[in-house]
Amino acid sequence: MASSVFASIANIWRNLPLKAKVGVFLFGFFVLAAIIGPQVEPYDPGFQNTAASALSAHPSAQHWFGTTQLGQDVLSQVLTGIRLTLVLALLVGLIVTVISVLVGVTAAFLGGFWDDVLSLLTNVFLVIPALPVLIVLLGYFPQQAGQAPTIIVLSLLGWPWGARVIRAQTLTIRNRDFIAASRESGEKTWRIIVFDIIPNEISLIAASFVNTVLYAIGASVALAFIGLTDVTSWSLGTVLYWVQQDDAVQSNAWWWFVPPGLAVALMGVSLVLLNSGIDEIGNPRLRASRGMARIAGHRIWPTDPTPVYAQLTAQRSRLGAFLHSFSRSSLLDETPAGGELR
Amino acid sequence: MPFILRRLAFYLVAAWVAITANFFIPRAVPGNPIAIILSKYPNLTPQAYKALSAMIGGSLEKGSLWSQYVHYLDDVIHFNFGTDLANFPTPVSTLLDQALPWTLVLVGTATVIAFAIGTTLGILAGWRAGGGLDRSLPFLMFFQAVPYFFLALILVDFFAVQHHWLPPGGGYNGEITQPGWTWTFISNAIEYSTLPALTIVISSIAGWMLQMRNVMITTIGEDYVVAAQAKGLSKSRIIYTYAARNALLPQLQGFGLALGFAVSGALIMEIVFGYPGIGLLLLNAVTDKDFPMMQAILLVIVFAVLIANLIVDLVIAYFDPRARAREAV
Repeated sequence: MASSVFASIANIWRNLPLKAKVGVFLFGFFVLAAIIGPQVEPYDPGFQNTAASALSAHPSAQHWFGTTQLGQDVLSQVLTGIRLTLVLALLVGLIVTVISVLVGVTAAFLGGFWDDVLSLLTNVFLVIPALPVLIVLLGYFPQQAGQAPTIIVLSLLGWPWGARVIRAQTLTIRNRDFIAASRESGEKTWRIIVFDIIPNEISLIAASFVNTVLYAIGASVALAFIGLTDVTSWSLGTVLYWVQQDDAVQSNAWWWFVPPGLAVALMGVSLVLLNSGIDEIGNPRLRASRGMARIAGHRIWPTDPTPVYAQLTAQRSRLGAFLHSFSRSSLLDETPAGGELR
Repeated sequence: MPFILRRLAFYLVAAWVAITANFFIPRAVPGNPIAIILSKYPNLTPQAYKALSAMIGGSLEKGSLWSQYVHYLDDVIHFNFGTDLANFPTPVSTLLDQALPWTLVLVGTATVIAFAIGTTLGILAGWRAGGGLDRSLPFLMFFQAVPYFFLALILVDFFAVQHHWLPPGGGYNGEITQPGWTWTFISNAIEYSTLPALTIVISSIAGWMLQMRNVMITTIGEDYVVAAQAKGLSKSRIIYTYAARNALLPQLQGFGLALGFAVSGALIMEIVFGYPGIGLLLLNAVTDKDFPMMQAILLVIVFAVLIANLIVDLVIAYFDPRARAREAV
């Protein structure tokens, strides 16, 4: 049993595009830093070395990444920051993925009216810009409440992207033969959802998880950067907040703001790489030049090996069709929008 | 019902959701915002207090929740956002009027530039998939993953602090010029907005490019492109008239949704540069617990993004025959 699991993992690894492998390594590095970082960091991130030579000091053997204006060790701050930021982002990713799977699968399965209400809600949340809402919501919370407000607020606003793609995928899977077979043989709906639908969407759910973690890192760092969090805890965003507060850029203290910023950027890059790898597994055409032949200077592509997405128009009630016709995606339907209404 | 009218209705619903959330959230959060404000602004005049309770409710608000809500809707429709607390007694809308043009011009111009450059590069990268430009994408994706404000910090450090080529922040030089339609002011403002605009362009180009490249690759595999190649049409004609024109439609749809991101990033970016736009105003309002201002800015941003989306829909309806065909039904 265990060996077969390892074999299948090894098989997946072999088929991963190079980009995704780099992403896995880079992300693994940050996970490692988050796990062991706070154990090996040389100083407490808040500790102030008040010796005159240790204030805003360049990198040295004593302080590898230099020190802040108050003599705090930048390396220790970055290591603690990676842990706090990563834990927050993974937590938000988990909550958001659960919500988007729930909303997406429910919408696709209920169909008709409820599908359209949920889709309308999803579209409304998609079109409203998230960050100003996040800023205002956090403005109402008391400042010293730790990371909890940020996690709650980010989760509340993060689900529509995932819900939308998962709904679309569920709609196509739902109409396949094997689902019909399960239904005919008397399977309960929840069993169909849990054992037939969700396992077939695992790569999509993984992609949406990775995307959400990316969003949570970006948004939480941005929010902390402008001071909308507990600025006494050391996340990567609060390190950058103090950079801005203490005019590190104006005094050209590059060692102070480059490491935390680079950490955020590289975490982001690792997730983007992971995601484009997952994308390429799902859409073989994106796999650059692998399947392409060059004949007389022209690029010839193999015809799509697996036409996965069938053009299906969902069955809609009259009210459902009316609601659906407001969405931009109604443009892509094969049947005219007014058709069902007449 | 024409496509555009239906979309208009959708945006009205979205606006209504935003307005309603704006009404209920301050009344639902734990703690009493009014008490926070009173402790912060002990010299509040009775008029200001009345205006305030109309906006965010509170124990002293008269009438049922429903009548408060109706009153609130009426205020919002007339763009009456009450009086600012931090700069009492300036009305919120006056402050907004001053800040809005800065953000609109900067974000609008920079986003359109980024969209144009990114899409063009995406067309070329998609056409020559696996070529040099295509392989530079992972490098460009690095800029996409860099937080806006970090890129801004680096640019300020390099261009302003180390080399003094461009001003480090602000909207214009108050010692030289004052806002107005004079050439001195406009050239000065352009100089000050170069770095902020550069930040937006650099960090958003890769996103447009990647999306366009992916759609391009899918489009190039379509039969009509193969047919065009078989007819022996010139390469540029195939790229731009056959493939790119069709690949542009999903890109346009993405433009509407990405606007929200652009606005969000620009808010943070303004804070780094001390640019006198909406973002800085919002940050000051949040740190001052200036609730009427916060609410007004949020609504203005939401409205702006909704209107921009409506414009994108108009463009789509113009370019996409399917949308026009739908209108005839």
